[in-house]
Amino acid sequence: MSLRVDNLKVYYRTLRGDVKALDGATFTVADGEIMGLAGESGSGKSTLGKSLIRLDTRMRLVEGGVELDGKPLPIGDQDAMNAYRFKAVSLIPQYAMSALNPTRKIGKMISELLGARGVKYSEIKPELERRLDLVGLKREVLNNYPIELSGGMKQRMVLVLSTLLNPSLLIADEVTSALDVSTQRAVAETLVEFRDREFVKSMIVVTHDISLVYQIADTIMVMYAGKLAEKAPADVVVNAPRHPYTQLLISSLPEVGVRYADRKLAGIPGSPPGLLNPPAGCRFRDRCPLAFARCVEEPPFVEVDKNHHVACWKAQ
Amino acid sequence: MRRYFARKVAIYLLTFFVAVTLNWLIPRFMPGDPVLRMLTRTSVSNPDAIAPMREYYNNVFGLDVPLWRQYLNYWAELLQGNMGISVWLFPAPVTEVILDAVPYTLALLIPSILLSWYAGNKVGALAARRRWLDNTVLPLGYALTATPYMWIAIVLAWSLAIIAGIFPVAGGYSFDLQPSWSLVFFNSLLQHWFLPFLSLFLVAFGGWAIGMRNMIIYELEADYANYLEALGAPRRLIRRYAFRNALLPQLTGLALQLGVLVAGALVTEIVFGYPGLGRLILMAIQNQDFFLLQGAFLFIVIGVLIANFVIDIVYVLVDPRTRTGMTGGAA
Ligand SMILES: Nc1ncnc2c1ncn2[C@@H]1O[C@H](COP(=O)(O)OP(=O)(O)O)[C@@H](O)[C@H]1O
Ligand code: SF4
Ligand SMILES: [Mg+2]
Repeated sequence: MSLRVDNLKVYYRTLRGDVKALDGATFTVADGEIMGLAGESGSGKSTLGKSLIRLDTRMRLVEGGVELDGKPLPIGDQDAMNAYRFKAVSLIPQYAMSALNPTRKIGKMISELLGARGVKYSEIKPELERRLDLVGLKREVLNNYPIELSGGMKQRMVLVLSTLLNPSLLIADEVTSALDVSTQRAVAETLVEFRDREFVKSMIVVTHDISLVYQIADTIMVMYAGKLAEKAPADVVVNAPRHPYTQLLISSLPEVGVRYADRKLAGIPGSPPGLLNPPAGCRFRDRCPLAFARCVEEPPFVEVDKNHHVACWKAQ
Repeated sequence: MRRYFARKVAIYLLTFFVAVTLNWLIPRFMPGDPVLRMLTRTSVSNPDAIAPMREYYNNVFGLDVPLWRQYLNYWAELLQGNMGISVWLFPAPVTEVILDAVPYTLALLIPSILLSWYAGNKVGALAARRRWLDNTVLPLGYALTATPYMWIAIVLAWSLAIIAGIFPVAGGYSFDLQPSWSLVFFNSLLQHWFLPFLSLFLVAFGGWAIGMRNMIIYELEADYANYLEALGAPRRLIRRYAFRNALLPQLTGLALQLGVLVAGALVTEIVFGYPGLGRLILMAIQNQDFFLLQGAFLFIVIGVLIANFVIDIVYVLVDPRTRTGMTGGAA
């Protein structure tokens, strides 16, 4: 098992109380697995992704733990965690377009970053150049400033940089949402290629676009209002989902497998509950067409089939 | 790059031309007749004598030819460094009067602007990372920038000069001294220089410190800083980047400061009776000495243009974003 997350709870501290953005997540990601992480905006996908690499100052680890390659990952300890960042866990942020320091030449920035992490730039440069070739970037981009690159080029540059030290786990947050459709496809395929070449062991690809992630992911995990709803192999999630939310999600897509640019998860009446004081029981209850008496109790996230986990009383 | 600078130079030349023309025009449409003023000052009572004297002065000042000729003459003289003759200090040439005053102004402004910029940025950057410093620098900075400058100047003059008597109240040097290359004179210069310098330094310092602190905090929350943190970059590296990027807007601010250089000194020089360009302008206005006024303004315009040009060049050297703007960039 590459990644094991156990009952992870991460809240945002606010003046009005804790926002329970990630409220007890338990799942695993296997070696070589690309896991798509889907769910509508605000469901806690980025919170989960950030928790695995760097909690920001407003985030608080409340409970739970994370293991990577059999060893505990000290996600609650900023200093101890630093040793793992970039080398064991890495990130392609949602804001890849602005992720590079605008006033440094890209190559210089990389060499300064690597130097600070105890890696010799000159030693890794040949590999860096091979990977630039692989993603179709000219080697000269290292002498460019970020502003001289197009959006797609910056995206690929960040992809190469983030994976340069062959991390076990890569978190890619909405990597395609800022790109046009053809570039989206290319970036998604590059992610698969990087996994196949073992630059990265496993990946969590955060997206609100199931139809895109379906094409590259081995498994898909769906989140709803800070909780896990369902996790299963990609084709099972798309063709035989068991959670009512996933079912509505899939049926609201025109046709999975066909590319629909920036398809938002919409079309389900109602809206998710606020996470400041979420109601007890199943958080989907208000919108669920199948809700019944028992749903005031919280449904556990259990394995209903091999490798198929669902949190719904109706699915058990 | 070449084209960029060629364009810049062209713009500056055009600005210079327009400024000189305006500079020539404005005093001529100001109320008051300088020649008449001179005549009243010399209190010529015989009306028969006024006419020839008027003719004489008009000739001296070059006012006896049509306007367009005056304008052309003005340019011709200007290009030879000749800006006419002062009415107020008749018959001293304007150029000479100005060159006497300029060292005082520059000695006041350049150190106060540069030192306050440097110290303000240093302290502001430190404040962005040390809480106790932040808690003292920030209120102090806001207090300094919010206080009207006039007030600070007067309080300084009143407390340190009049009450404590540590520094002289007014003037550029002691009245009982003649300018010379002596230690005594230099010492007197320094003493008279200190208070006006301090007042200028203080007001500007607060603004720079606050600006830098806020810019750094903003930069530390920028996406690139977050990304570097996610990749485990040490705080030191991120701070270095943030500092450098935060410095760019401060550099623009510095350019603007250098631009309004003399306007800032006007009040200082009046409060402290300091014999620089600012006071010269006041005197020129009071005496309707439009040649002197023109000369002073022209000097300011040239200063502003040079300062901006230098900053343009510096900016190109430090900010790659302006550089790509020049070549069109590779989209
Ligand atoms: N800094 C923050 N302070 C308070 N609440 C936050 C903060 N960041 C995110 N949240 C809340 O946490 C929830 C999950 O956010 P996020 O993980 O960004 O969702 P997603 O990535 O799925 O769109 C949302 O309800 C959001 O409002
Ligand atoms: S637990 Fe109940 S409310 Fe929640 S999804 Fe299942 S049926 Fe719907
Ligand atoms: Mg997000």
